[in-house]
Order: sequence, then structure tokens, then C-alpha cells
Amino acid sequence: MALSYLRSSSSRSVNLLKPLSSSLPLRRPISTDTTPITVETSVPFTSHQCDAPSRSVETNPKELLTFFRDMALMRRMEIAADSLYKAKLIRGFCHLYDGQEAVAVGMEAAVTKKDCIITAYRDHCTFIGRGGTLLEVFAELMGRQAGCSKGKGGSMHFYKKDSNFYGGHGIVGAQVPLGCGLAFAQKYSKDETVTFALYGDGAANQGQLFEALNISALWDLPAILVCENNHYGMGTAEWRAAKSPAYYKRGDYVPGLKVDGMDALAVKQACKFAKEHALKNGPIILEMDTYRYHGHSMSDPGSTYRTRDEISGVRQERDPIERIRKLILSHDLATEKELKDIEKEVRKEVDDTITQAKESPMPEPSELFTNVYAKGLGVESFGADRKEVRATLP
Amino acid sequence: MALRNIIGKRIGNGIGLVGRRSLSTATCDVENRNSKSMNLYSAINQALHLALETDPRAFVFGEDVSFGGVFRCTTGLADRFGKARVFNTPLCEQGIVGFGIGLAAMGNRAIAEIQFADYIYPAFDQIVNEAAKFRYRSGNQFNCGGLTIRAPYGAVGHGGHYHSQSPEAFFCHVPGIKVVIPRSPRQAKGLLLSCIRDPNPVVFFEPKWLYRLAVEEVPEHDYMLPLSEAEVIRQGSDITLVGWGAQLTIMEQACIEAEKDGISCELIDLKTLMPWDKETVEASVRKTGRVLISHEAPVTGGFGAEISASIVERCFLRLEAPVARVCGLDTPFPLVFEPFYMPSKNKVLDAIKATVDY
Repeated sequence: MALSYLRSSSSRSVNLLKPLSSSLPLRRPISTDTTPITVETSVPFTSHQCDAPSRSVETNPKELLTFFRDMALMRRMEIAADSLYKAKLIRGFCHLYDGQEAVAVGMEAAVTKKDCIITAYRDHCTFIGRGGTLLEVFAELMGRQAGCSKGKGGSMHFYKKDSNFYGGHGIVGAQVPLGCGLAFAQKYSKDETVTFALYGDGAANQGQLFEALNISALWDLPAILVCENNHYGMGTAEWRAAKSPAYYKRGDYVPGLKVDGMDALAVKQACKFAKEHALKNGPIILEMDTYRYHGHSMSDPGSTYRTRDEISGVRQERDPIERIRKLILSHDLATEKELKDIEKEVRKEVDDTITQAKESPMPEPSELFTNVYAKGLGVESFGADRKEVRATLP
Repeated sequence: MALRNIIGKRIGNGIGLVGRRSLSTATCDVENRNSKSMNLYSAINQALHLALETDPRAFVFGEDVSFGGVFRCTTGLADRFGKARVFNTPLCEQGIVGFGIGLAAMGNRAIAEIQFADYIYPAFDQIVNEAAKFRYRSGNQFNCGGLTIRAPYGAVGHGGHYHSQSPEAFFCHVPGIKVVIPRSPRQAKGLLLSCIRDPNPVVFFEPKWLYRLAVEEVPEHDYMLPLSEAEVIRQGSDITLVGWGAQLTIMEQACIEAEKDGISCELIDLKTLMPWDKETVEASVRKTGRVLISHEAPVTGGFGAEISASIVERCFLRLEAPVARVCGLDTPFPLVFEPFYMPSKNKVLDAIKATVDY
């Protein structure tokens, strides 16, 4: 046993120091162990107009393994969605999040389900983080009734009311003023909750963002604006779209923090810090330095504006799942085989869910007219040229 | 009941079922010397090349245009004319149009691209309040006539809420700008060059479904087609059909089917929606006595309503049947329900028959 550890992570001096203790099987069960471990983030935080939080993050084996499992699930889900899209079972537009999982997972670890999260169209993993099920994801992607938006929204419009996930928006940047509005309501309700409004580096140049920021700062709203900077706004690199790609500084009078978005623990620390800050002092901007492996959407190969070497380089150096895997192995919280088993289990779960989702039916045709207005004001259209409409009044 | 039958057929055929749209064989007043077979995006690309070549003060800008754009309409422009004239903008539609208005106000030809017509709304204020009123409120001292805004519009089979909208009606309601929609590659090249060179701000909607699907012989030389002139692309005597853009191919299929039942249909391509050619449509209605308008945008408040009201005003006593409108439904553009929402050939055919049998 000790030898297998030495072989798998021989470059780590930590393992060489304690080969014998790591071979004892008595430290299980891993999934409920909450003894605190302190880990340093990969890089220190850079701050603007505020004091950066400490680099040392408190975590525990249970959390790290949950991170690993959740991120592996998200990764597998996105890759499965890729295949489903190519098989034409998913139509429309599909924007994949693989590479950025650490942001979704780290954020969830720092907040409660009472805090609101609102994001743009790259929302599959954020939805899972908020407690959405795989079945709801795949059914919605395929436009079936079992989907979270009853099959009427599709990839870009995932919502989950009971865990305050406000979606799921197609128009770039439009979700940020909305998020600040949520924060406004939260300030009134005085329930110590905050709103995380996520947007990308492309959206960071939208005027409405600055309008929302000004209002939030003026009224001290508990709004946290999170820029998921994956360095490419569709096909345009950040340096070609922004005079100042230091998005955490763009708030000027609003404090900001730059975070390594591929390090789930750094994300967790930053979100925790941001939540405390927002409740006391008003808005703050978090810039998550992250990367997406896929192109902007399924119709974008992702290699016309960046080199394959760059993509594989990031995958090797900064992959969020690999980071957690190395952390788990170096702290001897699980064996490589156990982690591989988790990945296999996740893969099977995804495959089974896809089979289940395929059986869900398409929405009824009458659903075309439902929910245009509030309930009860349904409209049915009939007649030779579909012009005659009959509206049922409440 | 009828609805269910048609819906049943649609489910059987699957979503995104309108395959190859065949092009109208209308005559076009352009000499056919040296023409080449090309699709819509290539025709538009040629038009842009010519525009930049003939006018050294023409600029093309928008999101992702320099590598060729998401629909390849701007391929080769940056390489040929340089980054000073063909450049990417950040993701801000309001900024793009406002910037274009300023550029045009200094006498340049600003050709701004909005990546999808669904995203034009942040720029709506700039178009309506600034571009449309500039000449008027400055007493003709200033104008932004050099501004042309290009945007792909319309359904594409799987676009969903935000990649399929047809917002032409909003812009037709604004005096001061022109709205032009081509139906085919040859039309697109000529109309786009006219729009760019027109001394008024123009919004040019391109039917994205036809970017690759429509293939036609397009003359390679520089030619312009007149604005505000509708074209009768099919002669008939029983009913007048009015449409624009991609919807014309659907309407033409319905006309061919109606022909088998002995109904002779006259099909008019409006081409310019604002200001639209009332005389041509009126002349046709005076001939047939019946009119049907079809567009993808929702029926309530769509441009068909304006055409209907104007025709009734002018031809009331001549009309044999109420003006028929076969349009999109009054819902947000749906995702999975697209086949039910669209004004399909059968809906148009039903309406033709109902109007003729009135």
C-alpha cells in the first residue's frame, strides 16, 4: 500500500515523509470526516479598494470530496451534452461550462440556498450547484416536460425557484441589473442574504452593468457582481474588447477582488469574504480568472481564435478537478482508485439519467400558449389562418 | 381539431422541417452579365467589398466581424481593407450604434453589424431617438445618413427565443429611418449597396435562414436596386399576397399549391418596409380584390397591420373579402414549439382558400 502511494505521487515530499501512516485503513469513512484542514490557495488574492482575504482556506475531507464529486459530475454532464448535441437530440444553442466548474462549486460552498444566484446562458453547472437534478438538466436540454422549465426554456433558461436560482438569461449583460434588483429586495427583507450576479468578460463592457453598479453602490445593496473571466467574449479576446481587462478594478469606487477561478477553495474563500462585505458595506466585484475548454457554444469550434496548445496547456496546468484530485491524494483522503470509482459512478449516473430523460415526452402543443401572461389568462388560437383567438379570463 | 391535425403532421416531420427553400424565379431588373452562383452571405460579402472599395470613407464594424463574422458575411474585409476600416467592437449594441451615428454624422459611411436582430434592443434608443431624428431636429444641418445597420433576423429552425426574432415592426413605426429586407442573394447585394449609399439611416434585416440555403446567380459587378419599390414576383388575378424576406419562399409554395385548385395568386415582395410602396400594392389589390399578408413576427401590431389598414383605406369598395394576415402567434418565439408558431405553407394556403371563398 505504501509503495503504491510512492509510485503515484512520487514527486511529493509530503508523501515521502509519511508513507507508513497513510497505509492504515483506519482513517475511513471519508465522506463524513469533517476534521479541518487548512490549504493555501494557488495564488494570493489581488484586491482593489479593500483588504484581500487570507490565502489560507479552511476546509475538510468531506468538503474536498464533495467538490471532487460535484465537479466530476458537472464535467461529465457537459461532455455528455456535447455528444447529445452532435446527435441532434439537443437543438438550439448549447453553451458548455467545462473548465469553469470550480466557480460554481466554490460559490455554493460559501453561501446558502437563501442567497440568490443569477447568471447568463452558461448555466448548466450553476443550476446543478443550486441543487438541480441531472434529469431536469438533460430533459430541459432536450426540450422535454421533465425539464426544469418544462421544456419551454432550453439550454439558456434554467431556473430553480426553491433555491433562489434566477437563471438562465440569453441577452448578454441583461441579468446584472436584474441581480441588483434582487439585492434591493433582499435589503428590504433584512434576512442577511446576498445576490451573486454572474456575467462574463464580454458582458463586462455593457453599459447597463455600470448603471446597475452605480445604483447598487449608491443604495448600499448586498449585490456581488462576479465576472467569470474566461478571457474570450465569444470569439474576441479580452484585450481586444476591453481597454482595461482588470475587471475587478472596473468598479472604480466599488471594491474588487481578483480570484483564481480554477481553484475551488480560492473561490469559496472569496465568496465568503464577499458575502460578509456585501452585507456590511454594499456591492463588491469578484473577478474569477477561469477558462472554458469548449468554444463559446456548440457551433463554435473554439480554435479559430485561440491555439490548441493554449487549451491543452490550461488543461494540464490549471484544471480544477485535477487540482482537487492532487489535494485529496496529497492529504491521503482517498486513494486514486477510489477517485476513479467516483468518476465511473458519475459517468454511469449521467448515462442512466440521459436514458431516463429521453423517455420524457415533449410538452403538449397547448403549452405554446400557456404562461404568456399570468395564470388564467390563457389564449387559444384556432381557425383557418390561426387568427381567431379565444382568451379565458380569470 | 384542424389545429391538432396540422400539429400531428408537424410532429411527424420533426422540428426544423422546412428543408431546402427553393427560390422564386422572378425577373429582376439587373443585367445578367458575368454572374456567379452564390448564397446569401456571399452576396452580402460581395456588396460589402464593393461598398468599401468604392468609398474610402466606409467602415464596417460590429461584434466579431474581423475574422469574418458568425455568418461569414464579413470574410476577407479586414485583410483587404485593414483594421482601421474593418474592426471588432466590444459587446455593447448601444455603444455600437451610437458610435456609428457619430461616425456617420461626420460624413462617413458607417456599416454597423448587430450580431442577431434579437440583440438590437439596447440600441433601440439610439436608433429611434438619435438616428431617426437627427436631420429633423437640426434643421438639416446635420444628418447620419451614412449609417446602415445590418442584422440577421428571423427563424432558423432551432433558434429559440433570442436567435429568431423579427423586430421589423418596431422600426417601421419610426419616421426618419428606412427598413429594408431582401428575399434572395441577388436582391440582397443590390439592396444593400442601395442602403449603404442612401442618404438616410437604414436598418437592413437579413433573413438568416437563407444565408446558406438560398443560392442564386448573382451578377459580379456593382449594381443597385431601387428602394421603396415593391416587386411583383408572380402574376395572378384572384388574390394578392404581400410579404418580405424568407417568408416569400413559403408563400410561393402556397401559391403553387393554390394554382392546382385554380386560384391564381399574385405575389408581391415589398423589399422596403419603410417607406413602403403603397402604389404597387394598391394597383394589385384593385386588380384582384383580395389581399393576404404574411410575416413571421407576431400578428398583433406586426407590419401586416399597417399594410392592412392602408389598403382598406384606399381600396375599401374594391375589396371582396377581409384582409387576411397569416403571421406568427402572439407568444414569445418558442423553442420546441417553433413548427406550430410559424406561418407555414398550409396556414397560408388555408387562408388563401378562405379569402377566395369568402
